[in-house]
Amino acid sequence: MSKKYTKDHEWVQLDGDVATVGITDYAQSQLGDVVFVEVPEAGRQVGQGDDAAVVESVKAASEVYAPLSGEIVEGNGALEDNPAMVNEDADNQGWFFKLKLADTSELDGLMDEAAYADFVKELD
Amino acid sequence: MDPQNPIKRTPLYDLHLELGGKIVPFAGYEMPVQYPLGVMGEHLHTRAKAGLFDVSHMGQAKLIAEGEEDAAAIFESLVPGGIQTLQEGRMRYTHLTTQTGGIRDDLMATRFGDTLWLVVNAACKHDDFAHISKALEGRATLEIAERALLALQGPAAGEVLAQLMPACADLVFMQAVWTSWPLPNGKQSVDVLISRCGYTGEDGFELSIAPEHSETLARTLLAHPDVEPIGLGARDSLRLEAGLCLYGHDIDLTTTPAEADLLWSVPKRRRTQANFPGAETLIQQIENGVAKKRVGILPEGRAPAREGTLIESPTGEALGQITSGGFGPTLGGPLAMGYVPAAFSLPDTQVHLIVRGKAQPARVVAMPFVPQNYRKG
Repeated sequence: MSKKYTKDHEWVQLDGDVATVGITDYAQSQLGDVVFVEVPEAGRQVGQGDDAAVVESVKAASEVYAPLSGEIVEGNGALEDNPAMVNEDADNQGWFFKLKLADTSELDGLMDEAAYADFVKELD
Repeated sequence: MDPQNPIKRTPLYDLHLELGGKIVPFAGYEMPVQYPLGVMGEHLHTRAKAGLFDVSHMGQAKLIAEGEEDAAAIFESLVPGGIQTLQEGRMRYTHLTTQTGGIRDDLMATRFGDTLWLVVNAACKHDDFAHISKALEGRATLEIAERALLALQGPAAGEVLAQLMPACADLVFMQAVWTSWPLPNGKQSVDVLISRCGYTGEDGFELSIAPEHSETLARTLLAHPDVEPIGLGARDSLRLEAGLCLYGHDIDLTTTPAEADLLWSVPKRRRTQANFPGAETLIQQIENGVAKKRVGILPEGRAPAREGTLIESPTGEALGQITSGGFGPTLGGPLAMGYVPAAFSLPDTQVHLIVRGKAQPARVVAMPFVPQNYRKG
């Protein structure tokens, strides 16, 4: 399945009922050099739109929201040791957390790649 | 936006756009917060070679005594610094204070003959100039200088600038000189005030020049392979690592020079004379100690503690707040400054920073966070 996107610049990649979540390449380019990442611990329940992770650049701190409801199954601990991975590979190795979805129908509210590309174009 | 107060641009605005600067509103101006190199790269480049900053939004003015008096002596009625003792072409850092010892602004004052050259913060300049003019009415006149101001900072700054303006080589830290710079077109020379000072902890200069020639100067400096343009983002991380205060954050009307740990800028003569606004408060604080004091704080983990973060004792007692905090690219970790009670202000005192609801261990440290690299005489 291809990636889905939120207006908060997160991407979601679904595998079965587990979604991998990261921030988009556009988001990392806007943040600038990432110097700190805090990812959620496994077992935490999050609702759609809840604060789930933190990403900080030299300039400022930003929240990463849960794009969908569910239970955190894994946080990407590697980012805490190497936050620059978010800048280097936001779409793959820079993923933030994996989420076991409570309600897969929430996916329908997210954008596909083309819609997200249009959304970003509007912002510039 | 306030229609009475439209946002302004410096003479280098078009150059910032051309260089790919990301523009943000700051102190009433549209300023570059970063260029394509990014905050981290710009910060590290400045510490390694030389960075060029547009600080034309800052206020520049010349104070001229009306009679036979010395403008520097007159100005001491508004600040606690040692100003009348300045030698020719020497500058000092001081504060405009309130009657209760609060800080209206921090500024640089340089002596040229009987006149004083002032550089004040952008956000305060209108209030500062009105305050100075009114307070010194009949004794001194303030001529506001509509000039651009560029800062060239970093270990290569001296070598780079000496190729354009050889007079800079004779200056030591906190010394200034007027020079004549032959424009690259070979037709004309322009007056430049070179001050060997800055806001990064590095050796460097501030260059005051007529607005119409500022872009030529900026382009000439940027043509040197060691020079990169630097935005406000790195300006902030550089000054924080250097332990320097940002007005409106680390110092303001509610803090005195004693509380801000800036008493090094108040010489003994001024303390004895006690003839500046807020002298009574300041002397009392010097004699009896302060209730709160600005300190450097080093978080022990990786999480930056931003402005407004609460500082607590290890037992959960509220101590104060972080006034500037972030990540230091040269330090390679988080750093902050804030106010704590005097009893907690000694280096190595353990404190907690409340970051997103969690207490993070941190300790009070002496500043600067990275060694200063000034060219002392």
